[in-house]
Amino acid sequence: MSWVNAIIQGVLTGGLYALFACGLSLLFGVMKVVNLAHGDLAVVAGYVAIGIITVTHIPVLWSFVIVVPVMAVVGYALQRTVIQSALNRSVLTTLLVTFGLSIVIENGLLQFFTANSRGIGSGLALVRDSFQLGSQIQIGYLPLTIFAAAVVVLLGLQYFLSRSKYGRLIRASADDQEAVQLAGADYRHVFGIAAALAFATVALAGIAYGMSSQLDPTTGSDVILLFAFAAVVIGGLGSLWGTLLGGVVLGVAQQIGAQINISDEILAGYIVFLIVLVLRPQGLTTRRAQS
Amino acid sequence: MSLIAEAGTQPVAEFRVTRSRRNVAWTGAGALIVVVVLAFFPYLVYSGTTTIMVQAFIVLTLASMWNLLAGYGGLVSVGQQAFVGLGAYFVLILALHGISPFAALPVAAVGCGIAALPLWWLVSRLRSGYFAIATWVLAATVMLIIEKFNSIGGGTGLPLPGLSGYSPSLLTAYTYWIGLAVTVLAMLTVYLLLRGRLGLVLTAVRDDEVAARSSGARVGLARLLVFLVAAIGCGAAGAVLAISQLQVQPSAVFSISWTAEMAFATIIGGLGTIEGPIIGTAVFIVLQQTLASFNAWYLIIFGLVAIVVALFARRGLWGLVDDRLNIRLFPVGYYVHTARSTRRDSGTT
Repeated sequence: MSWVNAIIQGVLTGGLYALFACGLSLLFGVMKVVNLAHGDLAVVAGYVAIGIITVTHIPVLWSFVIVVPVMAVVGYALQRTVIQSALNRSVLTTLLVTFGLSIVIENGLLQFFTANSRGIGSGLALVRDSFQLGSQIQIGYLPLTIFAAAVVVLLGLQYFLSRSKYGRLIRASADDQEAVQLAGADYRHVFGIAAALAFATVALAGIAYGMSSQLDPTTGSDVILLFAFAAVVIGGLGSLWGTLLGGVVLGVAQQIGAQINISDEILAGYIVFLIVLVLRPQGLTTRRAQS
Repeated sequence: MSLIAEAGTQPVAEFRVTRSRRNVAWTGAGALIVVVVLAFFPYLVYSGTTTIMVQAFIVLTLASMWNLLAGYGGLVSVGQQAFVGLGAYFVLILALHGISPFAALPVAAVGCGIAALPLWWLVSRLRSGYFAIATWVLAATVMLIIEKFNSIGGGTGLPLPGLSGYSPSLLTAYTYWIGLAVTVLAMLTVYLLLRGRLGLVLTAVRDDEVAARSSGARVGLARLLVFLVAAIGCGAAGAVLAISQLQVQPSAVFSISWTAEMAFATIIGGLGTIEGPIIGTAVFIVLQQTLASFNAWYLIIFGLVAIVVALFARRGLWGLVDDRLNIRLFPVGYYVHTARSTRRDSGTT
């Protein structure tokens, strides 16, 4: 029964990992930018939420309403300035610049907020409570909510990219920037919109992680970026549904690893990642979506 | 290679090809003098200074290796801390078996080269950004595996045995010399490799990978060689680190800060120039020493400078010097001298 429990918990954690991964996947799919500061930006969003909650005493869930749009604006601004200007030079420059950002943010957080870890809304009923399923399986409301949120976000992104006018523009810009420019749309603005979307999911992921666990300055690279990447590779590059599958596989692998030996949780996830990388480098889903 | 040799030896009146616009024999002599003077440092300066110099040697070795990877090989690895850590741990393991850490250093470096083979097999199919994060995941995985062995300290690490027989001043001097030797060897290896066939292949790949492949350049082999040499160099630097710190702690030796330092030093000094890492390391040491009392600030400022340089001065500080004065201390490219003008034809910039 504990194995069934491990798998269920793993699937639910997988939703959170898919939330980590979809922003990374989106930026790469649209602009071929791998944002190495991805995880650190999520931690920044979490810290901003903690700050807002502490200062204004608003209900925890309201922090999403403030932080997510703010991070979207930050994403647009960062794309139009730093990332685009790096992209104009070379893909190599985007890596150097985002790696620099990652280290600067991580050490900045360490400098200003110490290495202490912080949680978000630990007193909340949503975070604390769970319901029984049978005699041994306990399902937390929070992991369930996060999983549902991840599915909604992925559905929304998929719908937005494939059906809406802006989604078409984003896909067109990903295919051919010059043609888009000739047709009268500013591809840099379109890239900015895509980055805003990606950063909104990053903010969601950061706060959700802060609620389900604890944030500290190194969480960004040690957990969020690397897990996001593992989920993307396991699921298959450039497919949003693959990302969900990748997140779930990673989550289940970690929980099963933890069942075998509690200290092997993270290692088990990486080993599954490496196995997929060797045996199926194209990922578990071969279908190549446009995202 | 053959093409260049023909052009150089045939008595063609119109042009000739040399490795540099100017004769650089004096650079070699100058470098030799610098190394000899550096070798006498333990007799001349306080041990505090040599300790800082050892740090500089570690960073310079790492930066030269990262320069080879990213600047010449196009491989942006952010997982080089895997080899720093492995180098330190190989020294620790050998020292625990009674081998002197100084004798263990070359073995540790070679061990890192061997360990690099399976790791390369895992990441070689990935390109650019995905290669970067995959190396990061690998480094994290290597650390998690090392932490599982309690006999070498598990998650907390161990002090390095085998050095208690030396007097403190002698140990400082030996550490300094071994650091100097590793750095000189590392830079010489990179320089000679880039002047040779590997440099030609990498330049060709940088300019046009498809053309290089279709001309018979063995691109995969060249990248593998670059990755192996970088692993050996970073492993040697990790071994020096273990000897200079006298302890090996997993979170310290596998820290992403190592890759940050080597990358930032290279970017600031000049990615894709042999001279760049030297300048970048000097900037790093100055920053670190002036901001030593402000914890992580040196890395924050170092990172910000690296971002600005990457965006606005692609070839770094040495690039700015080179643009104005056209100096190459360690030329790895080729110059074509024609009858009318001296034109640069193909420089490995």
